[in-house]
Formats: sequence, structure tokens, C-alpha cells
Amino acid sequence: MLDDFMVRASLAGIGVALAAAPLGCFVVWRRMAYFGEATAHAAMLGVALSLALNISIFLGVLVVAVVMAWIVTQLSGRNYAMDTLLGVFAHSSLAVGLVVVSFLSGIRIDLMAYLFGDILAVSRVDLAIIWSGVVVVIALVYWRWDALLTTTINEELAYASGLNPKKEQLFLSLALGVTIAVAIKVVGVLLIVALLIIPAAAARNFARTPEAMAIGTAVIGSVSALVGLRAAYIFDTPAGPSIVCLALVLFIISSLVGSIRARA
Amino acid sequence: MSLLYRNNIVMNLISVENLTVNYGANTVLRDVDFKIDLGEIVTIVGPNGSGKTSLLKAIIGAIQPAKGFVKLKPRLKIGYVPQRLNFESTLPITVERFLRLIGKIERKSCILALETAGVPELLKSQMSELSGGQFQRVLLARSLLGDPEILILDEATQGLDQPGSASFYRQLETVRHDTGCAVLMISHDLHVVMSASDRVICLNGHVCCAGTPAVVASTPEYKALFGDGTEGALALYRHEHNHNHDHTTTQQERLD
Repeated sequence: MLDDFMVRASLAGIGVALAAAPLGCFVVWRRMAYFGEATAHAAMLGVALSLALNISIFLGVLVVAVVMAWIVTQLSGRNYAMDTLLGVFAHSSLAVGLVVVSFLSGIRIDLMAYLFGDILAVSRVDLAIIWSGVVVVIALVYWRWDALLTTTINEELAYASGLNPKKEQLFLSLALGVTIAVAIKVVGVLLIVALLIIPAAAARNFARTPEAMAIGTAVIGSVSALVGLRAAYIFDTPAGPSIVCLALVLFIISSLVGSIRARA
Repeated sequence: MSLLYRNNIVMNLISVENLTVNYGANTVLRDVDFKIDLGEIVTIVGPNGSGKTSLLKAIIGAIQPAKGFVKLKPRLKIGYVPQRLNFESTLPITVERFLRLIGKIERKSCILALETAGVPELLKSQMSELSGGQFQRVLLARSLLGDPEILILDEATQGLDQPGSASFYRQLETVRHDTGCAVLMISHDLHVVMSASDRVICLNGHVCCAGTPAVVASTPEYKALFGDGTEGALALYRHEHNHNHDHTTTQQERLD
């Protein structure tokens, strides 16, 4: 079964959709869409460093993404707002990444593959990495779920309940780092943010509880991956962008149905 | 200050010693000492910017003191009602789910807490669709869950009209009576403060004066901060105190 590249691609897409689902919800709830983007941009630096140091790209991206998330969490709230710091780190890590890549003489890098991903080239090893990441992310989020929700609703309520919002934020950053590290090969840096936000945004119209929204997001993301891949096969379109287009279609349908229901 | 701390019972729920809090170069709290014991109702009064909210935030651990420390009874269960809570409409959540975030809470307990807070009909409502008053009552209900040993309320009646705020304090009184939990609150409703507190702490960057409502209201520091206009509140307090704590009358009726 795994011999078929379409089956591997589908499994990879569903895996990324599942890991991105709960995180995408938090990204939407906490208004940190830019955080996802900054982490994804930092991932480019991770790719460059991995190639320069000859280590696994997964590891390089993970380390850079988590370190950036940690620095931003630590620095925010003093003299800079979160979005300012994210702006600094997102753009500079992307720039540094591209500069590092230019020093790698003799190595040909298909930068496009990391920007847009290549889901059709997913190997069995990639699948193993992705699904390990999925298990780690879902376990982490499940473990911290109530604490993360309380922190998201109000930090003072969290403190009064004996939680440490900075620590919870770090768990979230870690999960986000893992997701981006496993997803970078599949959907690429630019599209991972779309896959984090669009399915969650589409699920918002129908959910009355956070859990329902997370499950709805997972379903919408998985459907986008499966149908998007099928469409890419039929119409001979690029796979990653096709998945995102499908997610966009579902978002539009959800918004239309949502506004019709609101009027009724 | 000495009035307050002569009574050094070991079972302090919260003890704040020498607390100094800075925001950048500004010192908002300087050498604050205070303790609260089991079952006490302590109210913090003070002008805007006097550090009232900072004191509560330091107690729950949301801000780090520059000097001194806050000691909580080990595993102290705090029911907290913040001053303002901007609820993100991006997060879909029912009142029931919100209440059950605290831990292993049964639906029965949620309904009971909402009844105590006077809003049992809100169980299935979306948090983001509540009015200001409903929201405040849901927060009160939340603070009652999980058997708190102390309720910490930061201007909990903000956004409530006068009858609403009066009934809020009546519910608070009922809760205190039924559960025996301590209450530490910031309030601008001086009438209520004076009639319902065991102790009042008058804060203005430091503890200006503290003691029973009658003692505090007669200090020159208090008069300097709140003027003589509050004499009426004190008279009312004495009146109430001599009779009984009839909390079934609304604020307006009391004033009449």
C-alpha cells in the first residue's frame, strides 16, 4: 500500500492536518497568526543551518523554531510588543537563512522545495517522522489542554489557578516547532501557516466548544489534504497549493453557511 | 499598621511581607505588609493608581515583586475574579465548559455555582454572547468552584448596575456564610465596604491605614484620600451594624 506515492502523500497530508488542527485553533484563539508565520520563516534558517552543519533538516528546523519561539516569549511584554519582536525575528531569520545558503558552495539546494514543499516525494522515512511528530504534538496538547485553554482565556485566571502562562506558551511553541519541522517537507514553509489557520477559521463557524472546533479543524484539514491531492492529480496542478486552495474553498463555504445561519 | 498585625495567628492564608513592586522605574507598591486569616473579609480601598490591582496580581503570582515576598498557605485554593476580562470571540466555549476547565468538576456543581451566582439559566450559553453583568456573575460562579479557601475579587461589581451590585454582594455574603471562605476584595462601593468588611486596608502605594471599618474611616489618612463625603457611609455602616445585616434591601433602598 505504501508503495503508491499517492497513498504516502495522502497519509502525510492527513498527518500534518491532524497535528496542525489543535495548534491552528490556538493560533486563531490567541491571535498569534503572525507567530506561526514567524516560526515558519525561522524554519528557513533551520534548513540552511542543517545543510551547512550536515545534520538532519528535521532537527535543524525544530531547534531553530523552538529557540526563536522561546526568545520571543521571553522578550515580549517588556519594551516590545509581541508583533514587533516577531517582525524582527521572522524577517531576519529568513534573511540570515538565505545568506547562509549562498555560502554553501557546491551544494545545489532546491529552495522551492522548502518554500512550497513536495508532498508527492514523501518517503517511508518521512512518513515515520511525520507521524511520530503527530503523536508527540497531540499527546502534548492533550496533556496541557485545560491549562492552555485557561491561559488563552485569561492569564490572571491561569495564575490564580496555580498555572504558569509562560510555561504553557512554551509548550505551545514547542508543539508548533515540531509541527513545522515535520511539515516543512510536505507543504513547505509558506503553506504551513495557511494550513494552520484556514481549517481552524473554517471550523469556527460551527463550533460551540473548543473541543468541537479542534475536531472540526482536523476533519476540514484532512478533507482538504485528500481532496486537494486528488484534484492536483486530476488537473495536474501543484500538490501543496492545491491542498490550500481546497481549504480555502471549505472556508468560503463555511463562512457563507455561517452568515446565512446568523441571518435566519 | 500595628493594629492589624498584633494578632499573629499561624494559619494565615496569605501573608505579604515588605512587598515592593516596580513597573520599570516606577514604584507602585512600597513595603506593603498584610495578612489575611481564615474566613476574614478584607477590603482594599484606595484612589486610582494606588497599587490595589498590583497587590492582588502579586498575590496570585502574576507579577514578580522587586522586594519582599508573598507567602501563600501551601496548596491554597484561590477563587479569583479579575477586574476586566476581554473575552475573545474567536474562542467558542459554553459557560459549562468554561466552568469545568478548573478540573474535575461535575455538571451538578456547575449548576449549583451558577444558581449561587444568580444565573442558573446560562449553563449552555456561549461565553462571548454574555452581557457584562452576566459575565461577571459567571466569573463569580467560577471562583466558587473547586472549594476555594479564599475569594479574591478585583472590583467584581464593575459593569453591574446598583441593584445588580447590591445583589452581588448579598450573594457573596451568602457564599461566605455557607462555605466560610475568606474574601479579599478591591471595591469602590464604600457603603458596601464599610458594612460588609471585617477589615479595611487603605492603600496608596503603601498601607495608609488599616483596621476595622469604623477605625479606618475615622483616620486622617482616610479622610485625606476620600474626603469627609464618606461620613455618610460610615453613619450608614453604624446604623446597619447596630441593627442587623439585612442584605435583602438594595443599595438604593438603604440610601433612602
